[in-house]
Amino acid sequence: MTLRKYLILLAVALFASIGDNLLSRGMKDIGAVRFDHLQSVFLAFANPWVICGVVFLLCFFACMSSALSWADLSYVLPATGIGYVVMALGARFFLHEHISPARWSGIVLITIGVGFVAGGPFLTERPYHARRKEPVEERA
Amino acid sequence: MRTFHTWMAIALITCASTVGEVTLAHAMQRIGDLGALRARSGLWACVRRVATNGRVYLAVGFMTVGFFSLLLGLSWADLSLVGPAAAALTFITNAFAAKYILREHLDRRRWIASIFVATGVALLTL
Repeated sequence: MTLRKYLILLAVALFASIGDNLLSRGMKDIGAVRFDHLQSVFLAFANPWVICGVVFLLCFFACMSSALSWADLSYVLPATGIGYVVMALGARFFLHEHISPARWSGIVLITIGVGFVAGGPFLTERPYHARRKEPVEERA
Repeated sequence: MRTFHTWMAIALITCASTVGEVTLAHAMQRIGDLGALRARSGLWACVRRVATNGRVYLAVGFMTVGFFSLLLGLSWADLSLVGPAAAALTFITNAFAAKYILREHLDRRRWIASIFVATGVALLTL
């Protein structure tokens, strides 16, 4: 694993977390969508927070596609769970929100899980002619 | 009633995200390492190879369904519930899909990591 690949995984985590937060902020302005009037969800695209959230999620999609081109899905998803830890720590130290013991336990578990998967191989060995057009050049 | 709608949205996010991510992973496995391709043939070769793969569009379709489900879920409940709950369930469904659909090798280390991260994310909702 090169530094560039770790940075792509970090970008996947951060773009997803920040994008979700921006969407949440925008949907608070829109209010609850009535179940019998679901098409009103399209009004969300007039909200600048939602538009910013969509831009971040497009960046997430590009980074995720790149990561999945050289790593397994079962490696990428747990490895990018660190985004939730970053968000929680940001809430604690920048927004001065209270973090309950249960949430601290969650942060510890995610960190251990990410450490577990990050130290292992990132790609399942396959005969390259069977699955890939390009030979895999690197292994963990 | 809103709680029921929220959990329906979470279930839909989980299903659509899982199918979308598995389809995208399958497409990108066939396309190959974009970093190596870019170094060899340039950025446009990467864009062309991704844009001409039908599975990528299928994945985008499912992820779009997940996106609109997320918008609906966020209109009914806070991100602190919808985000971690959908993510925790998606970690588990993706682990099974990776093993049985993508035929990835999930050793003990990856199972433990997936369970730890999913449990940790679920604890963040408390």
